Amino acid sequence: MSSLTPSLVKPQSDSLEKIDRLSFNWIMWGIAIFSLLVLTLPTLIVLVASLNSAQTLRFPPPGLSLQWYAALFDYPELWTAAVTSFQTALWTTAICVVLGVSASIAMAGSRARWVSAMDALVMSPLALPGIAVGLGILTFFSMIGLRLSIITLVISHVVICIPYVVRTTLASLTQLGGGLREASTVLGAGPVYTFFHVTLPLIKQGVITGSFMAFLSSFDNITVSLFLSDARTEVLPIRMWSMIENDLDVRAAAISGILILITALLMILMERLSGLSKFLVKS
Amino acid sequence: MTAKLFSPKEWQLTLPLAFFLHLFYIAPLAVLLASSFQQAVGVPGFSLAQYGEFFRDSTNLKVLTDTFLLGLQVTLACLFFGYPVAYVYNRVTGIWKSVMTFLILLPLLTSAVVRTFGWVVILGKQGLINSALQGLGIIPEPVKLLFTHHGVTIAMTQIQLPLMILPIVASLSQIDSRLLAASASLGGGAWRTFWKIVFPLTLPGIISGCLLVFAITVSSFVTPSIIGGGQIMYMPTLIYQQGVVLLNGPFAAAISAILLVMVLAVVVGLSILGQKSRTYIR
Repeated sequence: MSSLTPSLVKPQSDSLEKIDRLSFNWIMWGIAIFSLLVLTLPTLIVLVASLNSAQTLRFPPPGLSLQWYAALFDYPELWTAAVTSFQTALWTTAICVVLGVSASIAMAGSRARWVSAMDALVMSPLALPGIAVGLGILTFFSMIGLRLSIITLVISHVVICIPYVVRTTLASLTQLGGGLREASTVLGAGPVYTFFHVTLPLIKQGVITGSFMAFLSSFDNITVSLFLSDARTEVLPIRMWSMIENDLDVRAAAISGILILITALLMILMERLSGLSKFLVKS
Repeated sequence: MTAKLFSPKEWQLTLPLAFFLHLFYIAPLAVLLASSFQQAVGVPGFSLAQYGEFFRDSTNLKVLTDTFLLGLQVTLACLFFGYPVAYVYNRVTGIWKSVMTFLILLPLLTSAVVRTFGWVVILGKQGLINSALQGLGIIPEPVKLLFTHHGVTIAMTQIQLPLMILPIVASLSQIDSRLLAASASLGGGAWRTFWKIVFPLTLPGIISGCLLVFAITVSSFVTPSIIGGGQIMYMPTLIYQQGVVLLNGPFAAAISAILLVMVLAVVVGLSILGQKSRTYIR
């Protein structure tokens, strides 16, 4: 900013001012560049480690090979877990969208006091320990005699993932305002027609971004799944966790590499589709 | 007029979600709290035995203070390393902005297990840091970084960093640039402008970043359990050990309740500070 406006008050010493500005810029940019490097490092390391040609995990790898990716084909438990995770995340996202979007419409349309209470309730799973929520839901289910299945897993994931959908949908609705919906109603459209033909197309980006975040956080969840998935419904993150925790299986590097690539591709796709960064960076 | 006709029905749209959350979120938390007051597994009645057991044992107290310390250290480290990233993010334009967005968001969206795995490769005996330091002849023997509190702190800081950067970026982008120009034209140097104007104006962003990072750090399970190994315990790993491995439900419930109270106290405290800082800016 200092280059924008020439100083009206002449500083006593030009060199002192120069040192002041230079030291500030050097320190700010220096820490920022260091942080960005550290932020990126583990991802790069995982990608390089997954191309390791040795039998144990070491860095730097002695040679490059795709052997660990090939080894994944011979690991049926991993694929079962991946399918379970995918199904769980899909169902979770679908339920989150139905419950979350309808609640958001009601919340955006009212200024009553219950809205802020509801908002606090919906958002609280983001800040509260997932492990306590998971243990609580498990205790609750065993109390009412509900057996663990993919349904109980999905229910618990909806609790954890609902904040993402409500937050982005509410952000879109607030930006939209009530004018267009009112206009549609004045012109004789019913509430259902107005929702599908006016509101939904206009808040599409918020809903898509929220669904994407909900899907990812369900797919990635461990703390709740630890309590609610059993041998039949083992999810991918738990399988990977035990691979790394027990004996540092190098195949974990290969599956991690695949997940990083999928995440990066989805991120770019979502940026094109719904302006992902707009929601994540500015809201 | 029409809006009024429309709204009595509209608020009911929130009922399904409210019902769902009360049944599968509020009720389970209440059940958890109730079970923490059991004397032993399956024994009904009200007793503070589980809490007594927790606070009598110095190992448990160390887990509690270690967890709090971890949250504090990671939060401060994230603020120190994250603020400059947010500052630079608001300065760059064009392709660099897109590159930075990608670099900040990719780790945020990548699975926590994957990111933790990266740190295992970096911190391990044959990992990046030890190979590099030994290769340069700085250390003769590998340093132990895995399974230490420092290792967990380093890895957690990297993992939580985006959560600190994003709210600060939002706060920084709201600053009126004329204020900075005014400060510069009145002879305020770069450092003085930063500490007197920019930093105070971004307090709301800083506070919400700290709130998120602290709450998520003290609640996270994957990174402490892998990087900390079996040797260093934090509250979430202790809950898992008691609840799943040792099947001591009431004790695990009591530890969960203590962790919940710790998180709530910090979240509520910081939220009040955040409200204050927002009114202070206006």
